Amino acid sequence: MSPILKVLLRRLALGALTLLIVSAIIFLAVEMLPGDIATEILGQSATEETLAALREKLGLDQPAVVRYLDWVTGALTGDFGMSLANQRPIGALIADRAFNTFFLAGHAALIAVPLSLFLGLVAALYRETLLDRLISTSTLAAISFPEYFVAYILILLFAVQLGWFPSLASVEPGMALADRLHATFLPALTMTLIVTAHMMRMTRAAIVNLLALPYVEMAQLKGMRRWRVIAVHALPNALAPIVNVIALNLAYLIVGVVLVEVVFVYPGLGQLLVDSVAKRDFPVVQAACLIFAATYILLNLAADLIAILSNPRLLHPR
Amino acid sequence: MPWLTHLRSAPPSALIGLALVLAYALVALFAPWLAPYPEADAAGAQYAPWAAPHYLGTDMLGRDVLSRMIWGARNTVGIALVTTVLAFLLGTTAGLMAATVGGLADTLASRLADVLMAVPSLIFALLILTITGTSVVALVLVIAVLDSTRVFRLSRAVAQGILTMDYIEVARMRGEGLFWLIRREVLPNAAAPLIAEFGLRFCFVFLFISALSFLGLGLQPPTADWGSMVRESAKLIAFANFSTWQTATFGLAPLLPAGAIALLTVAVNLVVDWVLRLSSGLKE
Amino acid sequence: MGNELLTIRGLRIEGRSAQGWSEIVKGVDLDLNRGEILGLIGESGAGKSTLGLAAMGYVKPGCRIAGGSIRFDGQELVGAPAPALRALRGRRIAYVAQSAAAAFNPAWRLIDQHCEGPVQHGVKSRREAEAEAVQLYREIRLPDPERIGLRYPHQVSGGQLQRAMTAMAMACRPDLIIFDEPTTALDVTTQIEVLAAIRAIVRDHHTAAIYITHDLAVVAQMADRVKVLLRGTEVEEAPTREMLSAPREAYTRSLWAVREFRREPVAPAGPQALLLEVQGLTVAYGPLKVLDRVSLTIPKGRTVAVVGESGSGKSTTARAIMGLVPPAGGKVLFDGKPLPPRGRDRGRDLQRRIQMIHQMADTALNPRHRIRDILGRPLEFFRGLKGVAREARLRELLSEIELEPDQFLDRLPSELSGGQKQRICIARALAAEPDFIICDEVTSALDQLVAEGILRLLDRLQRERGLTYMFITHDLATVRAIADEVVVMQGGHVVDSGPTSRIFRPPHDPYTELLLSSVPEMDADWLTRRLAERAARHEKRAS
Repeated sequence: MSPILKVLLRRLALGALTLLIVSAIIFLAVEMLPGDIATEILGQSATEETLAALREKLGLDQPAVVRYLDWVTGALTGDFGMSLANQRPIGALIADRAFNTFFLAGHAALIAVPLSLFLGLVAALYRETLLDRLISTSTLAAISFPEYFVAYILILLFAVQLGWFPSLASVEPGMALADRLHATFLPALTMTLIVTAHMMRMTRAAIVNLLALPYVEMAQLKGMRRWRVIAVHALPNALAPIVNVIALNLAYLIVGVVLVEVVFVYPGLGQLLVDSVAKRDFPVVQAACLIFAATYILLNLAADLIAILSNPRLLHPR
Repeated sequence: MPWLTHLRSAPPSALIGLALVLAYALVALFAPWLAPYPEADAAGAQYAPWAAPHYLGTDMLGRDVLSRMIWGARNTVGIALVTTVLAFLLGTTAGLMAATVGGLADTLASRLADVLMAVPSLIFALLILTITGTSVVALVLVIAVLDSTRVFRLSRAVAQGILTMDYIEVARMRGEGLFWLIRREVLPNAAAPLIAEFGLRFCFVFLFISALSFLGLGLQPPTADWGSMVRESAKLIAFANFSTWQTATFGLAPLLPAGAIALLTVAVNLVVDWVLRLSSGLKE
Repeated sequence: MGNELLTIRGLRIEGRSAQGWSEIVKGVDLDLNRGEILGLIGESGAGKSTLGLAAMGYVKPGCRIAGGSIRFDGQELVGAPAPALRALRGRRIAYVAQSAAAAFNPAWRLIDQHCEGPVQHGVKSRREAEAEAVQLYREIRLPDPERIGLRYPHQVSGGQLQRAMTAMAMACRPDLIIFDEPTTALDVTTQIEVLAAIRAIVRDHHTAAIYITHDLAVVAQMADRVKVLLRGTEVEEAPTREMLSAPREAYTRSLWAVREFRREPVAPAGPQALLLEVQGLTVAYGPLKVLDRVSLTIPKGRTVAVVGESGSGKSTTARAIMGLVPPAGGKVLFDGKPLPPRGRDRGRDLQRRIQMIHQMADTALNPRHRIRDILGRPLEFFRGLKGVAREARLRELLSEIELEPDQFLDRLPSELSGGQKQRICIARALAAEPDFIICDEVTSALDQLVAEGILRLLDRLQRERGLTYMFITHDLATVRAIADEVVVMQGGHVVDSGPTSRIFRPPHDPYTELLLSSVPEMDADWLTRRLAERAARHEKRAS
């Protein structure tokens, strides 16, 4: 087997294993409850008969392994069981919301990724200039400011004062794309601001590291133009670190979205998750956690796979 | 004192950071004496404007906002600090041990950290808080354990870097014990990055707890806490209006506690930057 | 004459440091004619690489030209606009870096990188450039010249890569090539081939060159003239043969003198008792055997040198003796008794009696410990010395290694020079009062003069204390200077061993012969002679 295939398969297997373990943790965490879900629902005063009836209805009389396998296979087909709070199928409950969340994260990513890659590259090329200083300062602000701080400043400015965008990002199914973009602009901007500084800094660091390498200096000593040094010599080797930067920040968006959704009362998965935690609606929490966790793991997996595929030592073995 | 000489040559940004951190610490320590009104009881009318005796007004229950901000320093910063210390004790002990001992123990600990880090902390924390319910103890323990994985990874990496040095080999060939190796050979060299990491971890934990409180899942009312205060006063922002000073303060209500959170984080970061630069300067 | 190619006058280059700007090159003049090869020689920090790069109008980031002029073929390079410099670089002045492995872009095939210069400078079409590349690869004697260009850098060995880089420098037929320590990272047996290839191609094409190195014997083979630099200033310059036979300046002579250091041989006192005996030692990482049944003996009070190139297993042997790597087979006898294979099972007395000194003193001293702690710990650990007794012994130790106690006891390692650090490492080994010391390339990271001081110190200590040394090195000059016996290793095997005088006298084992004949000598004709000998032997074998 060629070495690159071996490395790829190993990484894929590791990703699958991580997913499996994480899903097991998410499922089994509920087992840590002092009683079980049935006693949680009915309270301490419930009689043994009603408890037993509920357990049978929820399938709690089955061993944990069987229930886990049921749950995972169900999850793969979009069936996450029933919500405890309103007795409705979770799959239907989260479908729209998951779409909304990914739409918002995608909206933010579409602005943030190209913007920060461009600015990071510029900062790396014009090191120790005013622009560069500005970037390091804004990074400090971005890692220090809570999402809701940025969000409320934006609301105060663009919603309350100027009235350009709504402060509540309400969307409905079947909304026109332009309206949807307008409604989600402020939350997307909040996330962009938080993520961009970080991404710029990481892109800058990756490029600066690269520019200090002997073969980049060699290209300069061969009399190559600056753009050629960057585009032909530095960038092909920068693919892995840059993809890594993007994946890390997309993953960060997935988490940041929870807070931003709450600020803007956006009907997404994050909002649902937070509500369900407060209501202790376990099946919904599990479903939402699984979706967030799986997205996060898959993003990291994708970044690693691209890094492997762009490594010349693995692409062209001895 | 080498630290004193360092302090004298510190850049203004670090001095500002240090002064701010000190100010927060003093406010947190002396909150009971500084706060003019009690933490959780009404002190006047609801939504009083920013004027004496309520310099920052009152909230929807008529509680004095200034007093709650001061108590909030104690609660939010205090709990974040306790959590960070706990995470650090756990993480560095495990990290240094794993790196020095190596072998199976190292592999197992690293795999465990990998799994815990494969999922965002917020997601894990929400999952576990659903089960344990939102109590301060659960909050501290959950975040400390989740955060210790990051500390573990850094301290392990730092220690491994040091352990490849020949002076470690010299000490091992001499027959020095594990404890001596870690305490005398590894720790002095790991101190600077670990101190810097402590600052960064504190910021992270502090933001994290505030975020949970903001979501209504962290510190519970009536405890004064900045994250919860943002949540409670968030609706006011809709009534903000810059035409008069009076109405403008509505907009500032959620920004005040959020700003307090942001400012402390900036201050700690300024200090951390300086510590990192100091320690990298020493290597040269 | 109109023959001048490069004229540098009063060149000053500054580098940024913690204390502001400091001068690296302090007003140097340099003249180079067409087709001439100038050797730039000096120890580390002499500014020779900085000067070499400046000949291309280039300074490293963090450096700047503070004054002087650099004229290349009538054109002033100091302050020249970037496009003008770009037009020269790669096309009329080319560069060959020390580490070809790092200077080739890992993402592109060799031929693509070769052709980039001529195509981008508009000198040749891609097809012409490719055809020429094959021709150059053939000239520089790369194997399989037709197809080697299709490989990626990591698929080619170090010596071949260095030749490919020379071919690449040749691609635009430049007037001048800067060689920046091109063979320093190579083993001697590879070095001789690369040297021969570089010299042939540069001479054939009548290309002028600046050859930068710290190795006098190498520069003697390559250069027509030699310029000696010391801390950014010129010491002297002369035609190569003249400088070899009659160096004018004291500093230059001191560089020569190093080579002449020979210690007085220790007369074997009575029957030779063995201190250390290695029997059939095998070390393996998985299926890969790094040591294969290695046996050697070390008599009491003597110095045994273990020589070999990188990957020969000489350092692994040392580490296995120290108990740092577990052997897969064989045993080690110390003073007649078998040594437990793991260091930690040996007990304090055995750990005390065997000490090791590392190559890099930098990483062998904890940067946070003061000299007092570094030397005090073994005194306390092995001999239980405390308080006044410890302090007195500390002072004795420092005096023994020729460092002033009052000045050095409270310093940190970062406040010492490289040679002083290595002395502290020696003192730390002595503090244990050992019988046997393994010296692992202890001088190879040091400049020649400093290295010689360390060798003299080790020699004196051996005489005074009857120490036994195992001296690991790749440098045959060092071996000749200090060893009583030699063990030659190759690929994890011992291929030759015996008294130094016998090893260095023919007839040799074939590998020892190759090794010995590859070490450059301070003789301008050495390379020519050696190549002729090898060619003759080749012919004889062929006929």
